[in-house]
Amino acid sequence: MSDATNRPLVEIAGLCKWYGDFSALFDINLTVHEREKVVVCGPSGSGKSTMIRCINQLEAHQKGTIRVDGTDVTPGMKDIEKIRREVGMVFQSFNLFPHMTILDNLTLGPMRNRGMSKAQARELGMHYLERVHIAEQAAKFPTQLSGGQQQRVAIARALCMKPKVMLFDEPTSALDPEMIAGVLDVMIELAEDGMTMICVTHEMGFARKVADRVVFMDEGEIVEIAEPETFFNAPRTDRAQLFLSQLLGH
Amino acid sequence: MNRTDPPPAPPRKRLTFVDLILFGAVAALVLYAVYKVNDVLVYDWNWSRVLGFVIRWDPETGHWVANLLLLGLFTTLRLAVWGTILATVIGVVMGFCRTSDNLTLKILSRGYVELIRNIPPVVFIFIFFFFVTSQIFPLLGVDNIDTHSPAVDNSVFRVLFGRPELFGNFLAGLLCLAMFEGAYVTEIVRAGIQSIPKGQWEAGQAIGLSPLNVLRDVILPQALRKVLPPMAGQFISLIKDSAIVSLISIQELTFLATEVASTTTRVFETWILVGAMYFALCYSFALLFGWLERRAARTRR
Repeated sequence: MSDATNRPLVEIAGLCKWYGDFSALFDINLTVHEREKVVVCGPSGSGKSTMIRCINQLEAHQKGTIRVDGTDVTPGMKDIEKIRREVGMVFQSFNLFPHMTILDNLTLGPMRNRGMSKAQARELGMHYLERVHIAEQAAKFPTQLSGGQQQRVAIARALCMKPKVMLFDEPTSALDPEMIAGVLDVMIELAEDGMTMICVTHEMGFARKVADRVVFMDEGEIVEIAEPETFFNAPRTDRAQLFLSQLLGH
Repeated sequence: MNRTDPPPAPPRKRLTFVDLILFGAVAALVLYAVYKVNDVLVYDWNWSRVLGFVIRWDPETGHWVANLLLLGLFTTLRLAVWGTILATVIGVVMGFCRTSDNLTLKILSRGYVELIRNIPPVVFIFIFFFFVTSQIFPLLGVDNIDTHSPAVDNSVFRVLFGRPELFGNFLAGLLCLAMFEGAYVTEIVRAGIQSIPKGQWEAGQAIGLSPLNVLRDVILPQALRKVLPPMAGQFISLIKDSAIVSLISIQELTFLATEVASTTTRVFETWILVGAMYFALCYSFALLFGWLERRAARTRR
């Protein structure tokens, strides 16, 4: 079912990160190919978010290499904006710009970074708002929308930069239960369109449906990488078994 | 009961008997104070001499023209408006430097703020005035401006900066005031920037905006909206603080009032009138900022 190509888009090798003396990530190795969908899961504090935040350098790493579409990503690099324009990111807490309308949230990036005219950017913005099924909210402000709608706007905002890869950092964790499905549907549609995705999420249904591989992390290390069926039905490691039993055990 | 019934009216706030007694007591106290003062103070009130310094009849042109006190009020108003603009520019730039990761910018802005906040304004203005007039003006060539050239001797310039021959005087006062108030605006802007959640920076960075664009498009618009109330307070302080520059002979309201008070010897009338003028000016600004605040709150929703 995987439609991944052989072209590596994100290559992480020997990645290490410390917060003070605390080792947050240790020797992370992961390559994600074009059109591949990877779900990252693991207990809280296991370094999942930190890892994907290193990819666009919202966190600086101290050791190891990260390459995005062949370009080295290094801490403090000058052209980090160029990398970030190719890497879309969706946050747990949406982080929409509250002082702008929904459409202005979407057009800011393309206008500032891609040199688009206001008209072009608005057309692009409306296109992606339609894709996430909230075009009718374009003129409203973020606080007037439900959490689920805000998260879909955040996805559309990232898509407006036409990124090569999308990072999702627990996109449904801050949502009320009835809002989760709408966001997951949008993510599934995105996956079906062939977007390369790295998703930190505990939505197991989503993982089974779209993931090519599941990455299980614990205490800052990658413990297990497997196809979703294998991982959920027959996890190899004790730590993964424990995690899954806690996740499903109630 | 019916679901479509209108909700009950909220209780009305009205003055009670106790409130009336309180008001009466305050009024009685004020009247008593006035009576006592009149008793001790043998003072012959004469408002007409002082009012003549607000506007006067000019027999040459055959018009009523502004006299010293009104001219002073205009200068104070100019100081207030330009001072507000300049202090905002200084405050936004320095406020950003205060939150910057760059150590040099941090040290410079911190030094500026601490230096000014820990020296009495009068002392700072005496020192800075000397620096401005002896160092900056020769550098800018302010002293060599031809006051009769059409570039400065026109009505637009007069409305914006006052009489051309007093421009150097006005500018010196303005720079002192703006430098001084800028330090306080800096701290307000810093607090505003720091009150914006980290996620807003990250969201701006994640779509590939440069740090300057994140600041301009995402952080500052939110931060400035948040700090509008303390800013309004600071700008009203600025108007009142502008009286300090009278000490370096800037021809604003307080300076000219001192002259009027000593020429007419009508000390009480002059200062009561000047106090009323300051009140009118400050309160208009307070109303203006109140309106701005409500407008900002409306667009944010």
